[in-house]
Amino acid sequence: MGKGSRAHFKANQPPLSSADLLTAAVVDAPFGMYKSDTDSSSAQAKSADTTKYLETAAAEPSSVPTGGFVFHGNNHGEHCIEKTPLHVLITTYLSYFILIITGHLRDFIGFRTNPAAYAHLRNKNGYAPLNSGFDTFYHRRLYTRIRDVFNRPITNVPGRTITLLERQSKDYNKSFQLKGTTREVLNLSSYNYLGFAQSEGPCADAVEAVIKKYGIQGGTSRMDNGTLDLHLEAESLVARFMGKEAAMIVSMGFATNSTTIPSLAGKGSLVISDELNHASIVFGARVSGASIKVFKHNDMKDLEQVLREAISQGQPRTHRPWKKILLIVEGLYSMEGSICNLPGIIALKNKYKFYLYLDEAHSVGAMGPNGRGICDYYGIDPSNVDILMGTFTKSFGAAGGYLAASKRVIDYIRFNSHSNVYAESITPPILQQIITSTKIIMCEEHGNDGRRRIQQLAQNSKYFCSELKRMGFIVYGVDSPVVPLLLCHPAKIPAFSREMLKRGIAVVVVGYPGTPIITSRVRFCISAAHTMEDIKWALEQISEVGDMLLLKVSEENGERVKKEKKKLQ
Amino acid sequence: MSQTFVSETAHKVVTAVNSTVSLAYDVYSKVPGATVVYKYVRDSHQNDPVRTLLELVFIVVMAWYFFNNKPKGKNEVKLTEKEIQELCDEWEPEDLVPELTELQNSDLENMAVIAGQILINTNSASGTKVKLADGKERLNFASNNFIGVMNSEPIKEKAVAALRKYGVGSCGPPGFYGTLDVHVELEQSLARFLGVESSIIYSQGFSTASSVIPAFSKRSDILVVDDACGMSILKGVELSRSTVKFYKHNDMKDLETVLRKVQESTKKKPLTRRFIITEGVFTAYGDICNLPAIIALKEKYKYRLILEDSLGFGCIGQTGRGTPEHYGIAPADVDVYVASMANALASSGGFCAGRKEIVEHQRLSGLSYTFSASLPALLAVSALEALKVLETAPVLAVQCQQNAIAMREVFQKSGISQIRVLDTFSNTPIIHVRLSSRLANRQEEEHILQEVVDTCIRDGVIVTRARYVEAQELALPVPSIKIMASAGHSKKDSEKAASVVKDAFKKVLKVHRLG
Ligand SMILES: Cc1ncc(COP(=O)(O)O)c(C=O)c1O
Repeated sequence: MGKGSRAHFKANQPPLSSADLLTAAVVDAPFGMYKSDTDSSSAQAKSADTTKYLETAAAEPSSVPTGGFVFHGNNHGEHCIEKTPLHVLITTYLSYFILIITGHLRDFIGFRTNPAAYAHLRNKNGYAPLNSGFDTFYHRRLYTRIRDVFNRPITNVPGRTITLLERQSKDYNKSFQLKGTTREVLNLSSYNYLGFAQSEGPCADAVEAVIKKYGIQGGTSRMDNGTLDLHLEAESLVARFMGKEAAMIVSMGFATNSTTIPSLAGKGSLVISDELNHASIVFGARVSGASIKVFKHNDMKDLEQVLREAISQGQPRTHRPWKKILLIVEGLYSMEGSICNLPGIIALKNKYKFYLYLDEAHSVGAMGPNGRGICDYYGIDPSNVDILMGTFTKSFGAAGGYLAASKRVIDYIRFNSHSNVYAESITPPILQQIITSTKIIMCEEHGNDGRRRIQQLAQNSKYFCSELKRMGFIVYGVDSPVVPLLLCHPAKIPAFSREMLKRGIAVVVVGYPGTPIITSRVRFCISAAHTMEDIKWALEQISEVGDMLLLKVSEENGERVKKEKKKLQ
Repeated sequence: MSQTFVSETAHKVVTAVNSTVSLAYDVYSKVPGATVVYKYVRDSHQNDPVRTLLELVFIVVMAWYFFNNKPKGKNEVKLTEKEIQELCDEWEPEDLVPELTELQNSDLENMAVIAGQILINTNSASGTKVKLADGKERLNFASNNFIGVMNSEPIKEKAVAALRKYGVGSCGPPGFYGTLDVHVELEQSLARFLGVESSIIYSQGFSTASSVIPAFSKRSDILVVDDACGMSILKGVELSRSTVKFYKHNDMKDLETVLRKVQESTKKKPLTRRFIITEGVFTAYGDICNLPAIIALKEKYKYRLILEDSLGFGCIGQTGRGTPEHYGIAPADVDVYVASMANALASSGGFCAGRKEIVEHQRLSGLSYTFSASLPALLAVSALEALKVLETAPVLAVQCQQNAIAMREVFQKSGISQIRVLDTFSNTPIIHVRLSSRLANRQEEEHILQEVVDTCIRDGVIVTRARYVEAQELALPVPSIKIMASAGHSKKDSEKAASVVKDAFKKVLKVHRLG
């Protein structure tokens, strides 16, 4: 790839409108850059599960629903989150209760019979223990029991499939030993939405050329002469992609939030933040010195209430008016699968004059008919959002994050974001991955590959999500490639993950503290790299495991509910 | 008629009460241990009826307190809806960002942009010459390329191989299938290199310390911090919400005073965690912390030490094992050792090394570890390879130090009284040169230094003005020009570069009639 094709951009293709996407022909199977089933299976010694999976996959015909991630008008009701049934709630609390009692009992006995093992939790030689309180209890007595389902080491590309390094524990998950074997499983866990996690194809080729030309690293921070021409190229491309005047790229997505928010809000300003915002946003807001108020997840009424109260009361104690108010929300919430109510927020913004900072870590690339994120999804002009932030770790298969805004804002941030002044600049190979993948998404390179990826992702996720609902699982979110499914009971967290792994599928399970204590969940990430056969096969497996673990308890969706309704009529 | 109604109702009530009581009894008799409780209550009531009454009152009060204790805004003014509406309509925010200064604007316009690295030769010592946008080659003294592996061909080859095996991004945080075998290998190699039990890698050097500090230090804990520490530490300290005491930069007397004061003020309080936090080589001054004294004090007063050694790791000490080695101290004696992999290892990311319990704790509590995608494989592999280079050729660390000393000597002998090199005979790779007498205002000084930088770049040597986020620094350092030493440069080139900077100073000072 390299220079030749980068030198002249193709004219911007007219962006698709939402209506176009609904009627546009959907390209059915992935081609070209994806490893086909046979490729991947021949490469590695397959387990029996994989073989079975391939057989089922081959047997299924591919019939797919059409559609894409576009906003279909008034479906906000569906963005609401389904309530957990009462009996599930009670038994979940009960499970935790038993777990905690058992834990304390074990501690009580352990303290007396084996004090040496607990020495690190006590004051010793005048040192307080490094960890204390609920943190360590949780870690020892709850987390360690199920540690095998987290931090599973992998090798190779986290693409359509993922290669696990198998490990075992001989001391009840205190430590793990690698067995030295690997196992390839279907990957429903990586944030590889558009399938750009690839070791071959145009991105990888371009990256290789850049490594040869620029080396691995740019030298220092951007402000200390660490700026390469590649930085400028990538930034202007991202600005164009996001529909903003200027953009800045940071070497880490987390740091994009945590080191930039302090430059936008400080003493005398107010940050209003959604209660489910990501840790990096909370980090940034807390070190900014600004006051922080939180509103209920995606609840416009509550937001308005908070705004009215904040503006009318002014700063605490002095009641001086706030210097400015910065509202920070995410586009797509990765633990809920919910999409922020951008139209509602913009209506409020016009009324209350706050500034809007939108974190599109998960939505950029993955949402909207042109992959341009939430604004694109709703068909809203990006000029309505003051600062668009996002990361390249997800849809782009790269690393780092960006901020896109007016030139004036970005210029100011360049001098005041810690990352731009102190931290290492983003490295050339990563930049090239960003450049090439963005151009593919924009359909400026490689024909309609980008559009095909977006459509494939949309249809995969739609189908996946609606099938899960039909089966009667409690599924959060709609329209998104992140699909959380409620497990609730703590014991089902490891059970689900282990069961799925047995069947050859890698999934992410999350419990407290990642989620509220009663809504532990499994989070599926759908990718454009999956074929419809993959999805169907995965659904079958999930359904079986769901039956085994009594997970089909939805009181709103599903066949069981439908039947019951019919009976009543 | 009404009588029968009353009696009927009375009857109903009685049966209802009856059945409730019997139901309650049923339930109660099924609950194990209930009889014991009942007996206990009855006995205690018989022995001491007043006590029952007191307990009852107590329970009621508790319940009342519980339901009435909703947090109320202490300082809130009661307003009518109309007033609120008016206030909302009237409120006008400030601009989102203020205007840039003139100097900042010219900085942006004249930013030196690197357009590619130039290979000097094909073995490891390269990456020290770069081509700027104007197409001319220049010596690069602005990069943190201490052991000169930034553009090494063998490392590039390994990186390409990693790209072909792993792709670029890891597409997930370490906890959720983002831990690659190369990450594990890198962690083990770093630990082995430093002679500690374990290590953990983060995906940005700057964010590492900011996450490590709040992972350990919580609200009631105590942090004693050198006041010249950089932003990364400051933000970590701020986030921890611990009690923070600063001591004067590298002043061991002041450190001891602070420690003693803390000891006195906390004598009667329960024991909490205490940490001393310092940088190994200070970014803002280029000097090195007095580690032996700090370690002695930390043992005496029972503190743990967090050492941020991003500029020391890989280039200080006989074999590049950082500030501890410089003083003949084992890195394992530092409780929490934090460093960046973007400097000596010329990759990206940072790591924290220490005992197993320290490292494992961060896998759940290190914010930017848990909630961020892991380091791309090809960067992990380059760091790993750079570490191997350093292990096999520790002389690179020494060369970097020698070049730094040589450059400092040039300034020392320059005979220009108007400039000062901070910390003259130190062997640290970061050299700050500043005006010896301060001018009336900072802006003016920065302008002069920028002219020096521009002159240097014109004359073929890239250096930079030290930059800070001025509004947020704790103690804003004096403006300076920053020169980074590297083993990738020959001693002759290093001296030549120092002379170029020296001459540029001469020229600019003359123009401004300061020389
Ligand atoms: C909303 C949000 N912001 C920021 C990040 C951090 O991004 P990165 O993984 O690139 O550091 C994430 C990642 O999980 C996220 O979900």
